[in-house]
Amino acid sequence: MTQSLKDKLVIILLAAVIAAFSITFIAIEEQVEIFALLVFAAALVLGGAKLGITASIAQSLARNERLMNFAFIAATIAVVFWFREDHFPLLMIATVLLYVIACCGLNIQFGFTGVVNFAGAAFFGVGCYTAAVLGDTSVPLLLVILLGGIIAAIVGSVLIIPVLRTRGHYAAVVTIAFGLLFRTFLEVNDTLGGPQGLGVSGMNLFGWDFNNNIEISENLEISFYMNYVVLALIMVILTFVLMRRIERSWIGLNFDAVRLDETAAACFGIDIKRWKIVAFTLGNFLAGTAGALYAMMLGFIAPSNFAFSDSLILVSIVLLGGMGSLWGTILAAGLVVLLPEKLQVIQEYRFLIYAVVMILILLFRPQGILPRGLRAYIPGWRG
Amino acid sequence: MAQQQETVLTFRGLTRRFGGVIALNKFDMELTNGQILGLIGPNGSGKTTSFNVLTGIYEANGGSIEFLGQDITSWPAQKVYEAGVARTFQRSRLCLELSIFDNIMIGNHKRLNQGLLFNIFQRKALKEQIQENHEEARKLLKIFDPALAEKMFDPVGSLRMIDRRRIEICRALISHPRLLLLDEPSAGMTHEETRELMDDILEVREMIDGLSIILVEHEMGMIERVTDKCIVLNFGQKICEGAYRDVASDKLVQEAYLGGE
Repeated sequence: MTQSLKDKLVIILLAAVIAAFSITFIAIEEQVEIFALLVFAAALVLGGAKLGITASIAQSLARNERLMNFAFIAATIAVVFWFREDHFPLLMIATVLLYVIACCGLNIQFGFTGVVNFAGAAFFGVGCYTAAVLGDTSVPLLLVILLGGIIAAIVGSVLIIPVLRTRGHYAAVVTIAFGLLFRTFLEVNDTLGGPQGLGVSGMNLFGWDFNNNIEISENLEISFYMNYVVLALIMVILTFVLMRRIERSWIGLNFDAVRLDETAAACFGIDIKRWKIVAFTLGNFLAGTAGALYAMMLGFIAPSNFAFSDSLILVSIVLLGGMGSLWGTILAAGLVVLLPEKLQVIQEYRFLIYAVVMILILLFRPQGILPRGLRAYIPGWRG
Repeated sequence: MAQQQETVLTFRGLTRRFGGVIALNKFDMELTNGQILGLIGPNGSGKTTSFNVLTGIYEANGGSIEFLGQDITSWPAQKVYEAGVARTFQRSRLCLELSIFDNIMIGNHKRLNQGLLFNIFQRKALKEQIQENHEEARKLLKIFDPALAEKMFDPVGSLRMIDRRRIEICRALISHPRLLLLDEPSAGMTHEETRELMDDILEVREMIDGLSIILVEHEMGMIERVTDKCIVLNFGQKICEGAYRDVASDKLVQEAYLGGE
């Protein structure tokens, strides 16, 4: 068997295994079974790593990036199709996808550029409230998603001066303060619904109402959440293309240089402020777009959705997956969003467990579960 | 060597204080086209400080810097680089988790298209730019070490000290600067490695028209071999200037630096 054929088989097999695993994981309800499945998966990955199998799979993936992308998209579609009639699994999948987009935003900010942002949920929230306010107007709803991003970016510009002036802990405190202010502002602001929040109209594309189930035939009625999943998946793909293009360009290089050594970067002409502003704005934009669709999907939002703890969840996804790692973000978003839903036992101890997991990750695998690799400007090209 | 006597860099009464400490005290200096100037003096005598003030990392508290006829005293680091000043750092400041190519391209900033839309949408043109610059960087690195030039996509963190120095110098040279500042290139290397490195730098100088170099160095053999002129600093003040031979025999210098009897 030739190397390239073997690579292709490996990738297709891997995508199939991931799809099968995700379906099983989402479908089963019994706590013991879920737990056993997780232990099984962990053992498989750890064992594979010990035997060098994961490393060889990683090489196969790196050699065939295009196929890998398509295989993973196909796997996602397979999972989504499996649950076509079930509201809750589709809602969870859409939530994971939207978290992925928001976390991609955070990845541009501190994964790439090193600009910390502990107010991710606030910018996500700006997108949500944009959708709530503009949803009833005559603005086309697809445009509302875009506007959610733009308004989040504009609101973020309030923070640009303090973010540029501070570093490390101080920047963290500044963004935490902003997040708290945002929530308080929503709670006291009656036009935005106050603590009770606001209802949001569902997505409607050229007369296609996203909030109606799709009746195919007598015995097949696809859940209306499918609409949101499909749109969210498209948005994730677009976000991914954007992220990859940024990473594999001089801009990605500038971001890295700013993160790793500001003084050296400045000595080689890199405008630290410019690139921090670009990263911060772009990141908030992505969080805002995700928020806008999220609000339309839920149909109702309140200030309590955008607490500091929600920002921490977004940050923990980025750290868990690996700073700047796109596939890591997807894996981590899946784990962080789905685990508490599946393991009802841990619901109450959610934050305790997060904290422990974060500490363990930072101690033993600071580069995250799926660390970001070196920049490959042109896939498969090494000069 | 083409030696027009065009002045490249002038310090006039350059002063920098840190609190009560005067790191640089009314420093006057002149550097002409293609010249290699050795900057020597004991630790803390203001050598690196003068680099930092020149490159815009520190502000000058007094005096002025003129580079190619322009007053650059208060320019930010970015603008100084754009004007044609590139440097290395005393303690290597490469981005260890990035590849060799990435690191060299950081030094090439002004010659790359940094437009947001260009980078995101004009992928074909970007691809060409990447490949062209890769070829150029490879050629430059080849002068220093052919083996290294074949590992352009290896992380810098995995390399030896001497290779890191080479990459740092390539990062400074890739943009064709008019003035190269080398801050103790021999630190952490053996005599033989230092010699080799300096030969390579001299070779590159032949290729870049009118490149002037300021070299901060403790390794006197190297200073003697390559410099046209030396300046000795002590407590931020210039105490002597001239050819190495004259400077080394100066009484003041021997007392301050070479530890004369």
